[in-house]
Amino acid sequence: MIEYLLDTVVRAIAVGTPLLWAGLGEIYAERAGVVNLGVEGMMILGAFFAFAVAHTTGNPVVGLVVAGGVGGIAALLHAFVAVTLRANQYVSGLALAMFGIGLTGVLGRGWEGVPLLATLPEISALNYLSVVAAAGLWFVLYHTRAGIVVRSAGESPAAADALGVNVYVVRYLCVIFGGVLAGVAGGFLSVAYRPSWTEGMTGGAGWIAIAIAIFAGWNPLKAIWGAFLFGALYYLSFRLQTWIPPELLRMMPFAFTILVLAATAGSRRGEGAPEALGLPYVSGQR
Amino acid sequence: MKRFGPFHIEPVQAPANSWVLTVSVAAVIAAFVAAGAIFWAFGINPLNAYAVIFVGTLTDRRATPEILRQTIPLLLCGLGLVVAFRAQFWNIGAEGQLLAGAVGGTAVALFLPLPGPWHLAAMFVVGCAAGVLWGLLPALLRIKLDVNDVITTLMMNYIALFFVEWLVHGPWKGQTARGFAYTDTFPATAWLALIPGTRVHWATLALGLTLAGLLAFFLARTRLGFEIRVLGENPLAARYAGINPLKTIVVAMIVSAGAAGLAGVGEVAGIHHKLLAPDQISLGYGYAAIIVAWLARGSPLAAVLTALFLGLIFSSGDVMKVALQMPFRITDVFNGLILFFLIGSERLLYYRVRWAPGQAVPDPSR
Repeated sequence: MIEYLLDTVVRAIAVGTPLLWAGLGEIYAERAGVVNLGVEGMMILGAFFAFAVAHTTGNPVVGLVVAGGVGGIAALLHAFVAVTLRANQYVSGLALAMFGIGLTGVLGRGWEGVPLLATLPEISALNYLSVVAAAGLWFVLYHTRAGIVVRSAGESPAAADALGVNVYVVRYLCVIFGGVLAGVAGGFLSVAYRPSWTEGMTGGAGWIAIAIAIFAGWNPLKAIWGAFLFGALYYLSFRLQTWIPPELLRMMPFAFTILVLAATAGSRRGEGAPEALGLPYVSGQR
Repeated sequence: MKRFGPFHIEPVQAPANSWVLTVSVAAVIAAFVAAGAIFWAFGINPLNAYAVIFVGTLTDRRATPEILRQTIPLLLCGLGLVVAFRAQFWNIGAEGQLLAGAVGGTAVALFLPLPGPWHLAAMFVVGCAAGVLWGLLPALLRIKLDVNDVITTLMMNYIALFFVEWLVHGPWKGQTARGFAYTDTFPATAWLALIPGTRVHWATLALGLTLAGLLAFFLARTRLGFEIRVLGENPLAARYAGINPLKTIVVAMIVSAGAAGLAGVGEVAGIHHKLLAPDQISLGYGYAAIIVAWLARGSPLAAVLTALFLGLIFSSGDVMKVALQMPFRITDVFNGLILFFLIGSERLLYYRVRWAPGQAVPDPSR
């Protein structure tokens, strides 16, 4: 029994880690006022480049670093369209998701089924680091000047601007930061969690990460248990395979997301979305 | 007002149609140029590649009708999204609603034997209803509990996908399918007629074109259509005018999800004649329909043209696969880039560029 429980916890951590990394990134982007629906695209780009680089260099850590860089570059694209060109953030994020899935599908041809020797263990410092990072990011967000700057860019950009905060720079940095974390999260999938490359291997994890940001109330600390709860559920759904067909089990995380969002909808009042979330900001204009 | 060489640049409130068209076409061309980098990375001359694609798609006797065949689901889904987006409801779930429609249509085709044309008619009705059912939950969650519609509609896509997977692997797996995951073939009464020599199931196409006309009338001339537009453009004004957001969004979503459901029936009754793996039923039509709707800028009639354009991209995907050995996924790269450039260029719409050489009149306001 104890063994079973321990097993569940370990698996929950393994599955929850990439969700937490990506969710933390989205929390920061959204706290600064920019929705990035491209998490799925940034994650899959990270997954592919981490795998390809780890395979070529023989070093999975280099793969993860490159994955973070690629995620950041993809996010920069979104930041440019959403912040500088002030285009619709939802559509821009969706475009990024399509682009990432498409590009990795094209580039990844020939990489499927290639064995990867340079891998990271499923449970490593990265998993624990994600929890430490969540705590650190929470502290920064609520207890430092930098955190106030980030939150004000998302709550009241005009007021922040009036106080000398460069809203554009803050938004750019937060979106790029989110992209780096999403890239690393994707890389974790392809070099640590399931060392392999298959087209579309993120399988919707990016969308769940966005949902985690929402039902954590944009609070990095609450994202920890959100991510690991999902991890546990994911694992438990596999344990049910003897009784329930696998296709129906794979449905569960997605159904669960809707359920949790609906169930926590009432209790989220008071810690609602950043006031200016999704709204482009024009300096000097109300 | 700014001067830029011989050009005057001035802001405008409402852009002229010709300017919208110019900017849109320029954005699409820019996207093609950017996508050319991928061909180049694979050692293919981009100009050559585009020549092969366009000649192959537009002149081949088999490839050209494929444009129309791909246009059908794109048009139906795109029309639905035009209405949803008009009401500011972010329906990203056309893909799942299409699959739900395919399931509904299949249920009737396999398990409800009806005489002659009644069979197909019932398939469309049930498929449409299944699509609506799939779209209604996110709509109600958004209205009642303010749950993010992008996330819920997307999650419903994945749920539909695995549901179809389950059906074709499990309870609905065909007697004759053996190792394959699909249902039995539909009886002949559940087959849509094709234009000879093509895979164009014209009845669904006619349905799409009719719907485009009806929706144009609905949005422009009816009270409900007006309410949808007001709610989308100014929610505050809508509230003062006593417009019920619940009713309005539900109506928009019924139209939107129902149209996608019809598209699903068209695919299984017109092309496959059975239910099969979800990625074979839809090549991502529900997602590409977002571009159809966005490019059409809220006009159902314009959606006919933009659906044709996306149909061209999808059918060129086949040509690229055969002639250039590129994976079909390349269409997603095109779609993503087109969407990027499209929304990125929108800022340009609100400026007018005038050719005015030699009129270096100093700005009196300075």
